Amino acid sequence: MYPKQEVVAMLLAGGQGSRLGVLTQKLAKPAVPFGGKYRIIDFPLSNCVNSGIEAVGVLTQYQPLVLNEYIGSGQPWDLDSMNSGVRILSPYQQIKGTDWYKGTANAIYQNINYIDRYNPNYVVILSGDHIYKMDYSKMIAFHKENNADCTIAVIDVPLAEASRFGIMNTNPDGSIYEFEEKPAHPKSTNASMGIYVFSWNKLRKYLIEDEDTDGSEHDFGKDVLPKMLEDGQRMFAYQFQGYWKDVGTIDSLWESNMDLLDPNVPLDLSDESWKIYSRNPVVPPQYIAEGASVQNSMIADGCDISGSVDFSVLFSNVVVKPGAVVQDSIIMPGSVIEEGAVVQYAIVSENTVIGKNAVIGARPEDIEDKDQWGIAVIGDNLKIGAGAKVAPKEMIAKDIEGVE
Amino acid sequence: MRGNNVMGIIFSNLHENLISQITELRTMGAVPFGGRYRLIDFPLSNMVNSGINKVGVITKSNYQSLTDHLGAGKAWDLSRQRNGLFILPPFMDPADYANRVKTFNAIMPFLKNASEEYVVISDCDVICNIDFQDVFEKHLETGADITLVYKRDQLPAKIQNPTVFSFDNKGKVIDVLVDPAITGSCSFYMNIMLIKRELLMDLVNKCIGKNTMSFKRDIIQGEYKNLNMYGYEFKGFSPVITTVADYFNANMSLKNPDVRADLFKADRPIYTKVRDDQPTKYGLGSKVSNSLIGNGCNIEGEVDNCVLFKGVHIGKGTKVSNCVIMQDTKIGANCNLSYVIVDKDVVIRDGKTLAGQPSYPVYIRKLSIV
Repeated sequence: MYPKQEVVAMLLAGGQGSRLGVLTQKLAKPAVPFGGKYRIIDFPLSNCVNSGIEAVGVLTQYQPLVLNEYIGSGQPWDLDSMNSGVRILSPYQQIKGTDWYKGTANAIYQNINYIDRYNPNYVVILSGDHIYKMDYSKMIAFHKENNADCTIAVIDVPLAEASRFGIMNTNPDGSIYEFEEKPAHPKSTNASMGIYVFSWNKLRKYLIEDEDTDGSEHDFGKDVLPKMLEDGQRMFAYQFQGYWKDVGTIDSLWESNMDLLDPNVPLDLSDESWKIYSRNPVVPPQYIAEGASVQNSMIADGCDISGSVDFSVLFSNVVVKPGAVVQDSIIMPGSVIEEGAVVQYAIVSENTVIGKNAVIGARPEDIEDKDQWGIAVIGDNLKIGAGAKVAPKEMIAKDIEGVE
Repeated sequence: MRGNNVMGIIFSNLHENLISQITELRTMGAVPFGGRYRLIDFPLSNMVNSGINKVGVITKSNYQSLTDHLGAGKAWDLSRQRNGLFILPPFMDPADYANRVKTFNAIMPFLKNASEEYVVISDCDVICNIDFQDVFEKHLETGADITLVYKRDQLPAKIQNPTVFSFDNKGKVIDVLVDPAITGSCSFYMNIMLIKRELLMDLVNKCIGKNTMSFKRDIIQGEYKNLNMYGYEFKGFSPVITTVADYFNANMSLKNPDVRADLFKADRPIYTKVRDDQPTKYGLGSKVSNSLIGNGCNIEGEVDNCVLFKGVHIGKGTKVSNCVIMQDTKIGANCNLSYVIVDKDVVIRDGKTLAGQPSYPVYIRKLSIV
């Protein structure tokens, strides 16, 4: 018998994140490293724990090895209790057949048994590709106050960007009367954050109905939420104030890392009252050598810095050799920047070696045709030869020979 | 390799009087070291990396910070269904732990109940990365009853009751001197030994029966003629902490890349309790040179030739050189510190100047406000 949990969280972590290209070739998007020591999934997982949620199901499908290994027993997030904690939920064989998760709603549908055993009142649906700190318990309280069936977290976005999001149009009391998916002419700036609170009895019924609906894509945004609205269920928008970023693209991933270096951005990772937990590597402290220069950067344990590092985020065990320059870049664990190499506006994935005097990316002001400019991305476990050049916006998935 | 028939015993409480300021509020094993470690992390990790999965930690007093650090042993993979970490404070009376012989007598039930054939015994005053598996293999090879790990060097000036060995050409101990007047290089005991568990119990029982209470004089010196004792020379980085200056210098030596490579081996890592801090932030205008820095620091000033532990703040316009700054100490703006050891959770207000000497670093007590 499982003790009742008032709230169960379901974290959708099965997406491929194809827009991140080489970064998600071997791992699911939620496992992409972020912020010098974290992985993206640390944010929703830590938010759950800090919000008092004790049962978290993580739905995995695409390249789950790294993600599964990273979550492990859930101990770093205190999610390793006897009868609750984090559970990895992958698609499985059933009596009537075998299916992958066909859509976000179908993924939850296939795990109704997992949710049922906790007999929860509410289920929180989260996605694994957002960077933010949020107290879900406040959103659940809002859901209860309004006696809602479904509450959708929204954030105010600039009008110019509103057409990139799902927009919730609300009555003055916060109830939703209309959804618009990526509207050309948005009526409001309330963008859905992809965070939903449902009353479980309602959601359960709609999931079963949706499963039997022909032509449904089994997606929350496209099928379940519109159906609930059509049926006149009580749906509310919960206004979230604070930092929130979808890091589904190279640009947004880069920007969000850089935001950590900006003291004016409200995302404080040193706040003890809302800590973001992660699994920590066993490595010695970082060493900054004589002659090195480090400015406005974040650097993790195990790094060995002899070159110059400016406006950059360096993960554990990164080596920057003498005379190397790293600017406005993200260097993931274990990568080495050899002597004289210059890395600018780039993301270098794990355990890659950037050879001597190689040039990766460029500053936007040094590029005449601005359309040609963008963040350069180097995949993991690669060797970029001495003197090689990688243009801005390029994405490298193979070794590059050196040039003499 | 797991379960190699060897268990470990660590004395976390000895040699404290030598660095009495730093151990005022903690036991020797809990003394912070190297930006993120405690001294006990070294013997404990060495044991775990050598396949030992049962470790008893002897502690006598002031052990709150030690037990907080060790917890259930999870960080060392010693939180286990079978074996794992055993913290062994005195049962009732700290006098039971008055010396090493009495301590072994007091933990006799722990020794008796063990099933491992061999015991590695270590103190926390030597910082090193030693492979006990190799010591064990040499032990079997020589057919020794006891293998004593030693170091060949000048005796540290303030070392307590140093034990100095002479060996025959096979490495067998042929003479033992305790606290000799000796100059120049010698082979001195690193307070690390490998012994059969049964033999250890017999020797301790014998001492208790005769009321001879010196482990060094009555067991090592007293028995070397009756037993096969062999030496194992450890040649790696292994400073002995006998004074505050030793402690300071051992921290400072980590700036040397060869020392770091020797102590922090990727295949034999040093484990420690992690606090999960964010990465260290270097502000605009910060200047850091030749320094070892823990996670979670926030550096806005100048840091030169220092060891900074996790969570240290260095304010704007401040210059810190040749200092060891422990966990969560906050140094304000426009300060100037050189040759200072600042303990944990100290606040140094704006504009303060503190200076020690290379041979005599100043020490600032835990939780002070300057």
